[in-house]
Amino acid sequence: MSASGGPAVLAEALTKKFGDFTAVDHLDLRIERGQVIGFLGPNGAGKSTTIRMLCGLLLPTSGRASVAGFDVGREPEAVREHIGYMSQKFSLYGDLTVRENLRFFGGIYRVRREDFAERMRFAISMAGLEGRQNALVHTLAGGWKQRLALGCAILHRPPVLFLDEPTSGVEPEARRQFWDLIHDLAAEHVTILVSTHYMDEAEYCNQVALIDRGTLIAMGTPSELRGHRLSGQLYELRCSPLGGALKALRGVTGVVEAAIFGDRLHVVLAENAPAGADIRRLLSEHGIQADLPRRIMPSLEDVFVQLVSRGAEHRVTA
Amino acid sequence: MNLRRLLAMALKEALQIWRDPRSLAVALLMPLMQMAILGYGVSLDIKHVPLCVYDQENSQTSRAVVDRFISSGWFSVSHVITRYSGIRRAMDRGACIATIVIPVNFSRTLSATGSAPIQAIFDATDVNTTNIALGYAQGVVAQANADIVAQWDAAHGVQSSADSGVQLDPTVWFNETLDSRYFIIPGVVAVILALVGAQLTSLTISREWERGTMEQLISTPISALEVMLGKLIPYFLIGLVDATFCLSVAIFWFDVPFRGEIATLFVTTALFNLVVLGIGYLISVRIRSQLGASQIALLVTMLPTTLLSGYTFPIDQMPAPIRALTYIVYPRYYVTILRGIFLKGSGLSDLWGPMIGLSLYAAGIIWLAARAFQKRL
Ligand SMILES: Nc1ncnc2c1ncn2[C@@H]1O[C@H](COP(=O)(O)OP(=O)(O)OP(=O)(O)O)[C@@H](O)[C@H]1O
Ligand SMILES: [Mg+2]
Repeated sequence: MSASGGPAVLAEALTKKFGDFTAVDHLDLRIERGQVIGFLGPNGAGKSTTIRMLCGLLLPTSGRASVAGFDVGREPEAVREHIGYMSQKFSLYGDLTVRENLRFFGGIYRVRREDFAERMRFAISMAGLEGRQNALVHTLAGGWKQRLALGCAILHRPPVLFLDEPTSGVEPEARRQFWDLIHDLAAEHVTILVSTHYMDEAEYCNQVALIDRGTLIAMGTPSELRGHRLSGQLYELRCSPLGGALKALRGVTGVVEAAIFGDRLHVVLAENAPAGADIRRLLSEHGIQADLPRRIMPSLEDVFVQLVSRGAEHRVTA
Repeated sequence: MNLRRLLAMALKEALQIWRDPRSLAVALLMPLMQMAILGYGVSLDIKHVPLCVYDQENSQTSRAVVDRFISSGWFSVSHVITRYSGIRRAMDRGACIATIVIPVNFSRTLSATGSAPIQAIFDATDVNTTNIALGYAQGVVAQANADIVAQWDAAHGVQSSADSGVQLDPTVWFNETLDSRYFIIPGVVAVILALVGAQLTSLTISREWERGTMEQLISTPISALEVMLGKLIPYFLIGLVDATFCLSVAIFWFDVPFRGEIATLFVTTALFNLVVLGIGYLISVRIRSQLGASQIALLVTMLPTTLLSGYTFPIDQMPAPIRALTYIVYPRYYVTILRGIFLKGSGLSDLWGPMIGLSLYAAGIIWLAARAFQKRL
């Protein structure tokens, strides 16, 4: 029974093994209703596997999870009635038209007939496909396809929505439009779990969950993560060549973390780190041209880079 | 089970078939081509079948019989021999397909008793040609009989019994259990329906996996049973259309006599359809690539329908273990049923044996198919 209180998604020690390989490892997750939660993590982190277990598409190896109050392992059909899902790979029927796809999913979800025309109109206008209702879906460009897939996933007004990298491979303008749609839905108290590779998109989320190698390594609001997670101050360093600088800096006392960000380095320095001028001198001894380090505000990406590499060290030493 | 979902599924599947040239070709063109290839393979009109004549009597009456063979246009005499061993030699060389042997006392027996046998020997290496030649020979002899019997009756002032006149006594060499083409064409229909039905449904689930649409589909609340039945509805209808087409061609084009009832034909064909669609679907669930699935489907329909259904190789001539095997092969039942309906005019009550076989088969396959599909990745 769908309890009206309770979290939208609850996972306890959720684990998935493929043979010897553990794709998701004792993941705990609690998502309150009406939240937009971002799933971030590198390739192969286990984002899709987690989402698939939450949708009842994969059976967990151990642990349990409930979605909209229904147990994923024991009541998968009830879960499916209450969710919308967009898989990572586009998966509407390319050989059917926009309207035929909507009609199919409307039928499958048993959308009440008196509501259907209005829902279909809404989905078509949301996807920006007015006038193209009879176009075959494989002829549509990426952004339209993704918005149509979202339209199909919400025809039955599910309280929980799982979107697996809905904006990958979509142009920036279309990505922004897509996020507007997500926020419109959130305003109607839909709980939305979105996985993404794009760090900037994390800023649009109420909560961000960072997943790496199957474990949840951090979760919080974007500003919480930015504020508390770095163990030191973040500096930006213009220098050349970058690779040499990275090698020279790593292992220096007080340098917590150094990483390449575009055409410069981001360096996290602890209290006991050398002063800016000393760093510059140290680099020039290695034949590296460098400006003085400049203190900057950390972005989420900085936080994630540090958390992920810290996790990696843990694993190496453990 | 929900009708709305079932229909949504059926409509979607029908649209996909309609837009997929490959499926359309299999559904509509394949039966046409197969019917032409297999059907004509067994019933092509053959003229001037090379005939070997061994006329032991060489009387006016016996020569008249030989002339009838020649003037029919179906036979031309390639050899006239004078010794029995000559038949074997001529046939081994392939110089003739049929031999007629007219015994020494032919005309005497005929005039004394009103009935006399002639022997006809056929080389049945090529079953199809032999079938036709045998049919021709029977036609020629029947025609001769009508005339002879009429004359004899007039001369003796009596009404003859049915076995008067020239008795054609056919002996078939090299393939003693020759089936007539009427026997083979119903088998052809079964082969085609099995082939087409299983080919089409073997793609239906594997296509969803291959195109990635399955992941979306199984995230919805549709049940496995609704997926199966919804998907099979359009193929079932296509199967009935194909069956109507093939059976009409058999009746109206190849002139296979139809002595039974359409309703019986319809019911049994629908049942057979269920079996082949279920088999294709089962394969489709198990094998996630379209190519793999369609090849397996070809294998499991082609082999049993052509080899073990009794369509070309008569079941009662098979070694016992293989004959036992034919019972677990579904086309056997349908071929038997079709022959019964076509040639003997059997109704459902006469066909309860194979009907039970086919029904059990249909139930078993559908049960397996319904359980096979799991809504998991
Ligand atoms: N069916 C499977 N069998 C074996 N290994 C699998 C299977 N599915 C996923 N994996 C492995 O599990 C790991 C996690 O995969 P998953 O797809 O969940 O990652 P992800 O975070 O979604 O990555 P991406 O950002 O590339 O989509 C990967 O190493 C992947 O190779
Ligand atoms: Mg993924």
